Amino acid sequence: MKLLTREALLSFKRAPLLSVLSVTTIAFSLFTVGLFGLVAINLREALKGLEERVEIVAYIFRGTPSETIAIATQDISAFPEVREVNYVSEEEALRRARADLVEFRDAYRDLQVNPLPASIEVRMKEGYGDAATVGRVAERLKGFGFIDDVRFGREWVQKLDHLRNLTGLVGLVIGLAFAAVAVVIIGVTIRLTILQRAREISIMRLVGATDWFIRGPFLLEGALKGLLGGLLSLVLCYAGYLLFRDRSGGTLSGLIFFRPQELVLIIVFGVLIGLGGSMVSVGRHLRHV
Amino acid sequence: MIRFTNVYKAYPNGAMALKDVTFHVSKGEFVFLTGHSGAGKSTIMKLLFAEQGPSGGEVRVSGYNVSMLKADDVARLRRRLGVVFQDFRLLEDRTAEENVAFALEVTGARTDTIAARVMRVLTQVGLSSKSRAYPRELSGGEQQRVAIARALVNDPAILLADEPTGNLDERATRGVFQLLRDINNGGTVVVMATHDLDLVRQTVYRTIEMRDGSLVYDSDLDEAAAEAT
Repeated sequence: MKLLTREALLSFKRAPLLSVLSVTTIAFSLFTVGLFGLVAINLREALKGLEERVEIVAYIFRGTPSETIAIATQDISAFPEVREVNYVSEEEALRRARADLVEFRDAYRDLQVNPLPASIEVRMKEGYGDAATVGRVAERLKGFGFIDDVRFGREWVQKLDHLRNLTGLVGLVIGLAFAAVAVVIIGVTIRLTILQRAREISIMRLVGATDWFIRGPFLLEGALKGLLGGLLSLVLCYAGYLLFRDRSGGTLSGLIFFRPQELVLIIVFGVLIGLGGSMVSVGRHLRHV
Repeated sequence: MIRFTNVYKAYPNGAMALKDVTFHVSKGEFVFLTGHSGAGKSTIMKLLFAEQGPSGGEVRVSGYNVSMLKADDVARLRRRLGVVFQDFRLLEDRTAEENVAFALEVTGARTDTIAARVMRVLTQVGLSSKSRAYPRELSGGEQQRVAIARALVNDPAILLADEPTGNLDERATRGVFQLLRDINNGGTVVVMATHDLDLVRQTVYRTIEMRDGSLVYDSDLDEAAAEAT
């Protein structure tokens, strides 16, 4: 075991340039995956924020008794998809309109009769912001007799949905593509190492080293390079993250970084790439030495 | 210890490297394998340390059937053999003692015994004072002694030497040859392939001569035949 580690570490000393090359390629591959991951999780976070703002507005017929509305509000609160139900009275609607629409303040002030209807604002629970669920809840609201009309920005909700699905898909495809590139590059690097050390390997064979004994250091070397590459990529990602956050002049100050388990995942991914690349390459090329 | 029975070896290009070769080597023997380049000496060596398998017939070395070996068995067989080549095959970036120790380390020998065993064989080949030297700092004869020390460190039953003196001057040749004789006197079987006929004629060791892939002379058999007539 000591010898295995020593041989694996020795390869860094013997071929520093090649080792640095493979570590940096792994690091850059993972850096790219990491950056995309950061964009994805921040996008997801932003979408979550938007999702929370997805609300259904149900307008109420004028003259509906307030007890009816109170009972209905309780019923709607009990829907499993619903987080919050808000009753907005006619007066409240007018007050909001006056505050929000400053340009029309004069027009609202001169009104003799309040033209705005009362409404119920329904907010969805987290994870229920997709178009299908929102549409279903809207249909149910329409079933109440005192509801005049339901608005929920169907198109907007659907677009959000598509965007989120697309982010996931693109992230997956690009991530896999880069992982494949990294595996190939590591394979080539290991191939070079094996050719460089062909003499040593043939002598190891000659004096009776088993195949696994010969492979061991290469596999450990690959895994170590993957580990270093993974760590380096995290440093790069963090630097990129800080750069974006601080140079954005505050607009991106809410950007988030990876959670601990995601950091571990990236490092594990790096080790797997390193191990996979060396395993494929060692298997293929040792036979020719 | 070594048993070749009707061995054939064909290479993928169709060339026949060995044709119906049969011979046995018993415990304690020293055998010269002679013949011109391409006569089949190196092929016999490669079969002996299981670098290749025979195309036909049977090769048995130290109890192993070379044509039936799995990868791990090859490794196990080689731990019972010592192999020495014309070009020494030392690792340039390691000292003499590290080169010898390497052969022990890869077989998983106990770490605390390695230094003593390495020193013992380096002393045996007369290089104890140069154990810290790198191969480039040693003469050809000294490098071959390091290679022999590496071959000996696992206490092999058989020492295979493929043209071990091919790159050496006369004085170094005599020294290395004497070392191989001493090793044989210690009970190790030595098979030495060489085309240095002067060396062969100096001694009374058994000689097997190859020509175009066939065994054309075996001093043991021919002397027995001569005695019989």
